[in-house]
Amino acid sequence: MAAENVMEVVSQLGAGVTDSLAYLGALATLGSRAAYYTFIGPFQGKQLRVQSAASQAMEVGVRALPILSLITFFIGLILALQSAYELSKLGAMNLVAKAVALSMSRELGPLITAIVVIGRSGSAFAAEIGTMKVTEEIDALEVMAINPVHFLVAPKFLAMMVMLPCLTIWANTMGILGGALFGVTQADFTLGRYMQASIESLYLRDILSGLIKSVMFGVTITAVGCLEGLSTGGGAEQVGRSTTRAVVISILLVVVVDLVFTGIFFFLGNG
Amino acid sequence: MNREHPNLSEPKMVISLRDLRVSYGEREILHGIQFDVKAGETLVILGGSGSGKSTLLRTLVGLEKPSSGQIWINGQDIAAISDDELYEIRKKTGMSFQGSALFGSMTVGENVALPLREHTKLEDSTIEIMLRLKLEQVGLAGFEYHMPSQLSGGMKKRAAVARALSMDPEILFFDEPSAGLDPIIAAGIDQLILELKKAFRMTIIVVTHELASAFLIADRMVLIDKGNIVAIGTTEEMRTSVQPRVRQFLDRVPEPDVEGELDYLQTLTERYRRRG
Repeated sequence: MAAENVMEVVSQLGAGVTDSLAYLGALATLGSRAAYYTFIGPFQGKQLRVQSAASQAMEVGVRALPILSLITFFIGLILALQSAYELSKLGAMNLVAKAVALSMSRELGPLITAIVVIGRSGSAFAAEIGTMKVTEEIDALEVMAINPVHFLVAPKFLAMMVMLPCLTIWANTMGILGGALFGVTQADFTLGRYMQASIESLYLRDILSGLIKSVMFGVTITAVGCLEGLSTGGGAEQVGRSTTRAVVISILLVVVVDLVFTGIFFFLGNG
Repeated sequence: MNREHPNLSEPKMVISLRDLRVSYGEREILHGIQFDVKAGETLVILGGSGSGKSTLLRTLVGLEKPSSGQIWINGQDIAAISDDELYEIRKKTGMSFQGSALFGSMTVGENVALPLREHTKLEDSTIEIMLRLKLEQVGLAGFEYHMPSQLSGGMKKRAAVARALSMDPEILFFDEPSAGLDPIIAAGIDQLILELKKAFRMTIIVVTHELASAFLIADRMVLIDKGNIVAIGTTEEMRTSVQPRVRQFLDRVPEPDVEGELDYLQTLTERYRRRG
């Protein structure tokens, strides 16, 4: 009996691993096809949809600014409070600025931005493309000899790859400003000195590593959102399922990508 | 395997299917379909729900890949060519979907103009004129700035036909043109198909289960059942056919109970016994 149970567990584990690998393969295929239409296609007479990408960038980027500003401002303030709790015991309140600036630019700026974008845009990609799949609009594109990846997915990729780093820089700034609110009111900083201290504590590599991660997050979120949309089957209720899956899988993969890249930067000695 | 075009001597054939088989996973849906479509004729593919007629249409336009067999369209086997070559063939075909499949985020005009904008280098003003012309052909003149959601079911279908016509296709495919429409609107769509046939001499393939509509528009018919061709012939041949399966479909005889006669007898007696 026990042996059978073990076999059952092992075989289910195996099936799970195979499914996951197949999913990653599908993501990579979609990602590389979108990359082809973004970077190589334009040189082979397949026009880049700049207009469509610009309107996506507006939706993904500019419209996310208010909510992203609010969240990252609060996160910066929370970080300042949390680090002050420990730093005040050491009488090192002047290090609050450094703690906030470093944790925002290296980690939380890119991550919080990615999570906000998943909630706003990753889910919207899955819902939009999923609905088009269910109403045969994707088939209609195919039959009209218009490649759905070229027409729908590539502009989203371009928009996300450009907008996520921009949003991340904005998020870092807002986080530092949030920290400044605490620094100025509770820790004898002036706004000028707080900003000065933040800038001095950052090296270019701190900001760059965050930005590189944010580009990878953008690619991941778009690939998952669009793949979930394109693999929507059946009726309208499936669109809801795809949207949920897009959000959950995106968050998981963004954290995994974060771990991988943070690890790479660490072992490259950039840490 | 012999991959010669079967009708080189008869160039009038626009579409030729040879032993076409399509499977979803393990389950085979179409078991060796084989027929030809002549240039300029209207062929209606008839069949009940689950007969495989929609799968056949999707395979004809390259949305499903056959597991074996050949689909010759204008001398090219679309089962064996690259995506780019398939796209070239698709530019010369149009399809009207069952649910019309208009892009909800675009106006009717943008929908109809999309293939022209994508595949031609025409000036905007030329495209404007062409889309007005197409909308006029389907009786939707003046609706180019409406959103699809503002149109009724029949109008959506007409707009979808206008979009299918925008590249002046040689072959036009219809998936259930009268599905979900009331009889009068559906008759209007039939009329539209007849007009297109007369005006452009296009090859038209229609998938439907509406008998009245089928007999009105068809030159020839193919009756499909459970993934096999049951009968193929002109409307007259079909009408006078004595084949039991054809008669059953045309005379709308319901399917006998799936259970055998003995089971049926048992159900009856049991019901009787329970009552007693």
